[in-house]
Amino acid sequence: MILQGRAVCLGADVDTDLIIAGRYLRTKDRRVWAEHVFEDLDPALAARMEGAVILAGTNFGCGSSREQAPVALREAGVAGVIAPSFARIFFRNAINVGLPVVECGGVRCSNDAPVSFSPDEGWVEAGGERCTATPLSGRMLDILAHGGLVEYWRAQQ
Amino acid sequence: MSTLAERILGAPAGSFVDRPVDRAFVHDGTGVLTLEAWRRMERDRLACPERLSILFDHIAPANNSTTAALQAELRTFAAEQGLHFSDVGGGICHQLMSEGIVRPGEVVVGADSHTCTLGAFGAFATGVGATDMAAIWASGSTWFRVPATIGVHLDGTLQGAAEAKDIALDYVRRIGMDGGTYMALEFLGEGVRDLSMESRLTIANMAVETGAKAGMFYADDTTARSLAAYGIHTAPQAIEACHYDREITLDLDDLVPLVAAPHRVDNGRPVAEFEGIALDEVFVGTCTNGRHSDLARVAAIVAGRKVAVRTIVVPASRAVLLRAAQSGVLTTLIEAGCTIGPPGCGPCLGAHMGVLGEGEVGLSTANRNFRNRMGVGADYYLCSPATAAASALRGAITAPEGSA
Repeated sequence: MILQGRAVCLGADVDTDLIIAGRYLRTKDRRVWAEHVFEDLDPALAARMEGAVILAGTNFGCGSSREQAPVALREAGVAGVIAPSFARIFFRNAINVGLPVVECGGVRCSNDAPVSFSPDEGWVEAGGERCTATPLSGRMLDILAHGGLVEYWRAQQ
Repeated sequence: MSTLAERILGAPAGSFVDRPVDRAFVHDGTGVLTLEAWRRMERDRLACPERLSILFDHIAPANNSTTAALQAELRTFAAEQGLHFSDVGGGICHQLMSEGIVRPGEVVVGADSHTCTLGAFGAFATGVGATDMAAIWASGSTWFRVPATIGVHLDGTLQGAAEAKDIALDYVRRIGMDGGTYMALEFLGEGVRDLSMESRLTIANMAVETGAKAGMFYADDTTARSLAAYGIHTAPQAIEACHYDREITLDLDDLVPLVAAPHRVDNGRPVAEFEGIALDEVFVGTCTNGRHSDLARVAAIVAGRKVAVRTIVVPASRAVLLRAAQSGVLTTLIEAGCTIGPPGCGPCLGAHMGVLGEGEVGLSTANRNFRNRMGVGADYYLCSPATAAASALRGAITAPEGSA
C-alpha cells in the first residue's frame, strides 16, 4: 500500500481539542468536524486538508479520547498522518476509522512538498529522502484495508 | 514475576492479547458515536449488557436542542437494553464507577481518556474511542498490547499544604506529556500507605497526561475498607518483584503545592512562582478533584470569608453533593460566594457552565490546560483544591497556608 499527498507541517503535542474543539462535538454531521478541523490551532488549516499528509511532531493526538478527531481529519480529505509518536487512543481510533497513521521520526517537512508513505512496508519519503517507519501490525492493516473497524466487523459476519 | 498490568492482562509486556472486558462505559459525548458504530456493525444484540454503562456527564443537562436530541436517543437505547444508566445530575462517569462498581483485578474500559482514574482500585482501566467501544458492545472483549510499566515510588509523607494533586502534577512534570506513552504507571512505596482512596483516584486520574495507558495502585487495606462501605469484600494484591522499564522516585516530604502553567500539563512549578497572577475565574471539580474531600478542603479555607472572583464548584457525583449538603460543606461554600453546578464535568471540556472569554485567566483543579480548551484565547492554570481556595479568596494565584 503506497499513499501520497502534499505535506502539512505541524509541531509536537497537537492535542485532540486542537484537532476538533469540544464545542463542535454534539452533532452526527461529520462535515461539521471537517469544516472546523484545527480551528483553534490555525483557522487557515482546514482549507489545506484535502489531499494532505500531515507531518507532525511527537505525541500527536494527545488528550481527549474523542474519535471525532481522526474522523474530522479523514472527512477533510487527509491522506494520512505521520509523526515520531502518537498518543495511543488517537492511534487506535485513527486505524478504527480508516485514517492511515504511521510512526516515523526524522522526516524533514516542507509545506506543500509531495510526501509518499507505506504503512505496510514501513517507510516515508519526503524531500527526496526515505525514512524507515514502524510498519503497522497485520490486524491494523486489515482494519485499514476494510476502511475501518465497522467495515472489518461486517466483513467477518 | 509480573507487574500489576501483566498480572491482570495475563501476559508479559509487549504481547498482544484479546481480553474479556469486566466493565465498559460511555458518556453522553462518546456514547452517540458508539451507538452509531454499533448499529453499523449490524449485530442483533449486545454481547454483555450487564457489564455496560451509559453515564451522562459531559454536557449534562443539555445546553441546546441538538445535544438534547442526541441524549434522548442514548437514554432510550439504555432503557430498551436495560443498561446501567445515569442521567443528568448523576455525576462523572469515572466517579460513578468508583462508587462501588469497579473492583481490584478487573479489566475496565471506558470511552473517555480519564478512565485510568479507576486504576486506583488495582484494576486495569484504560480509555478507548467510540468504535473500539462499539466492538466491545458487540463482542464483550477487546485487544490490548500489554504495556511496559514505569514504577513511580512515593517516599515519605505529604507535608504542609501539599496534597494528592501536587503528587499528580509532580509526576506528570517529571515524566512529561509523552514520557509514558503506551505504558502503565504503577504507584508504589511507603508514601502510598497514607493516601486515601480519594487521593489515589486523583493521582491515577492524571496518568493519561503522560500518555500512559493506565495508572495503577495495588489494592490494600485502604482499598478494602473503601469497597467494604459498598458491601464489596476484596483481598489485597501482593506486590511481586518485577521488571520496570523505568523507575522514578518522588520525595513527598519535599513536595510543595504546584501550579501547571498554560498550556501544558507538564508545566508544573511551585505556586510561589505564580503568586499574584490575577484571576477571572476559579473552578473546583472534575474527575481529578471533585470529590467530597476536595470540596471539604476548599470549604475549610473559605469558611467565614468571601471569594474575590467568580468561583464555580461542581461536585463529581450526586453522592458527593449529598454528602457535602449533609456535612455542611455546601453551606460553607455557598455562604462564601461560590456558585454550585450540577454534578458532572462542568466547564472542563469547554462546552458550558464556566467557559472563559478571550484574554481571561482561570485557575482550575481539572487535569488539562490545553490551549483554547476551556475558552478560546484564555489562559488556564491547574492546581490543587487548597491552592484554588486560597487563590479564590484573593482573586489571584496564592499559595495555600502551610506551603513551605
